[in-house]
Amino acid sequence: MELTGAQILLESLKKEGVKYIFGFPGGAVIDIYHYLPEYDFEHILVRHEQGAVHAADGYARSSGKVGVCLVTSGPGATNTVTGIATAYMDSIPLVVFTGQVPTALIGNDAFQEVDIVGITRPCTKHNFLVKDVKELALTIKKAFHIARTGRPGPVLVDLPKDVMQAKAEFSYPDKIYLRSYNPHYEPNKKQIKRAINLLCKSSRPLIYAGGGVISSKANEILTTFARTFRIPVTTTLMGLGAFPADDELWLGMLGMHGTYAANMSVNNADVLISVGARFDDRVTGKISTFAPRAKIIHIDIDPTSIRKNVQVDVPLVADCKLALENLFNFLVDMDDVNWETKHVEWLEIVKEWKNKHPLRYEKSGTYIKPQFVIEKIYDLTKGEAIITTEVGQNQMWAAQFYNYKYPRTFISSGGLGTMGYGFPAAIGAQIANPDKLVIDIAGDGSIQMNIQELATAVSYNLPVKIIILNNGYLGMVRQWQELFYNKNYCATVLQKNPNFVALAKAYGAEGFRIDKQEDVEPVLKQALFSKNTCVVDVIVEPEENVYPMVPAGASLTEMLLV
Amino acid sequence: MRHVLSVLVENEAGVLSRVAGLFSGRGFNIESLNVAPTLEPDVSLMTITTRGDEQIIEQIVKQLRKLITVIKVVDLSYEQVVEREMVLMKVNTTDNTRAEVLRIVDIFRCKVIDVSLTDLTIEVTGTQSKIKAIINLLQRFGIKEFVRSGTVAIKRTMQLD
Repeated sequence: MELTGAQILLESLKKEGVKYIFGFPGGAVIDIYHYLPEYDFEHILVRHEQGAVHAADGYARSSGKVGVCLVTSGPGATNTVTGIATAYMDSIPLVVFTGQVPTALIGNDAFQEVDIVGITRPCTKHNFLVKDVKELALTIKKAFHIARTGRPGPVLVDLPKDVMQAKAEFSYPDKIYLRSYNPHYEPNKKQIKRAINLLCKSSRPLIYAGGGVISSKANEILTTFARTFRIPVTTTLMGLGAFPADDELWLGMLGMHGTYAANMSVNNADVLISVGARFDDRVTGKISTFAPRAKIIHIDIDPTSIRKNVQVDVPLVADCKLALENLFNFLVDMDDVNWETKHVEWLEIVKEWKNKHPLRYEKSGTYIKPQFVIEKIYDLTKGEAIITTEVGQNQMWAAQFYNYKYPRTFISSGGLGTMGYGFPAAIGAQIANPDKLVIDIAGDGSIQMNIQELATAVSYNLPVKIIILNNGYLGMVRQWQELFYNKNYCATVLQKNPNFVALAKAYGAEGFRIDKQEDVEPVLKQALFSKNTCVVDVIVEPEENVYPMVPAGASLTEMLLV
Repeated sequence: MRHVLSVLVENEAGVLSRVAGLFSGRGFNIESLNVAPTLEPDVSLMTITTRGDEQIIEQIVKQLRKLITVIKVVDLSYEQVVEREMVLMKVNTTDNTRAEVLRIVDIFRCKVIDVSLTDLTIEVTGTQSKIKAIINLLQRFGIKEFVRSGTVAIKRTMQLD
């Protein structure tokens, strides 16, 4: 039977197992919206296309599935760009469908026309413009395949209006082969041997894990690996939750706002096992002094990650899970190594570092401390919530003071650092996890970048909680100004913030305000256990800083401590 | 060091901009670029010459391979290859200089492909150094117009040690 392009699209999505579409309609996609009610998808109508992409991204990060967006041409499409770039930097699988003007008008500067394929070329894993309805189903198959395999990432499919109206026979391919795209999953045996040699000889090994561990579902083998061979673990921001934070081998996050123990361990390790991480500048600090005593084993699915920033001794281009399993199987059979005792001295030193400078903050003061709020949230949720964050100080405190036990429970824009990410991402995470408590840790600055999505959360009865750590500043920039720019607080003072409680209520959400230490627990409790969308405005210490801090470009050991 | 990369790509809209965008976006440098379809109509070959240290070239090769529409990348710098560029140029001539220009053309085994009262149009094919040499010699007559292809290169069948 012949179907229209719009129907073929929706049939294809059904075949891909899509349940939720985050979108916003418009002229170029009206044909698709016309047929949408005939299908079982739940369409989440956002209030801004950027919100749609972040929500699909939060859905993807919290569930491991591909997030799907549908927006119109022109401004609808350009509004998705920040969201797409966010997902691209953090390797999140998305398929974004954008409307396009009819093929005959492409290039004519038609109404709401933009070359979105051109615009998103550098921030998508791949993108397509479908010019013929006969190629539509195959293109969608390719898009999902590319998005979810290898190093995952966002894929954009541009759909001209006439292609959505044209008719073709529908058949969805079961399998797909792309001659120019074949991700490499199996580790190289020779490199595995070299890695094993290093690990057997090592007396001060350290695991440095990133988001790749979570996307390849390697967290269990990572945990077993570390516990069996007694190797301490640090992760990047993206890797939080890949290793249980209540484990004695856990050092906390490394890098610019990493813990003393993690950064000192990197500096003193003799073998660094990097798993699914990419030696980002926020992690390494000054690259020439990063891990100066270590031989580096680098496991990554993406060959371009290897030797991009640092020279490595053992490159392992492979799926993190397969590589770790391979290493584990070899190492566990080594009869002549006693793993229980091999790293005892090293673990003692690491423990001393942990005890010497644990994460801490000055508890006295007239204002509520933001770190205290995060600790309370942790206590109240027992670490079982999904935490999303905005970007800046709120993000770092959420990373430092909440102990993540499971993968996919810390959802944050790591690579791009997108303010306005956390709240729509929380919406997506709540949709993927209806029974879980989803909390967006926000700042008074970043929450205002996508606050319009309160309407979305309320419309779909999503009990998402927004906790605003309200310090009246764009806090992280202010912190830099304080420490490195002579306290020149230019453009970082938020003088006329809205009344967030009234704003929440205007949208139909619940609003709370906390300005006294003793109110923190009871009011948080009330909000967290409410069935409604809640905004909690917590007035916190205005000039609290995130510590430890490694100044940009300094070595990891040059930490500013509390 | 100069590297010649042979890049086999899907012959479809936007491929060139993906490759060119990769170079500009990541701050790599393209010295010359040549693109044309191969004998298989759905495959094109790009020959890219670029410069960089070993780490940069490794990144360029890996980043190119990561593009979904790139089928194969070979760094020809590690092979024995034959390289050619082509130049078409108009050299000023007068009755007094024409013979001298023709002599140089002859020595370099170039072709004269058009003649007028005031100039000769010359086709030169060769390596970069040959082209540099002939430009050097002809410049004093005045080169009015000059067009040049990017490098194309092919691996020698017999690779000698």
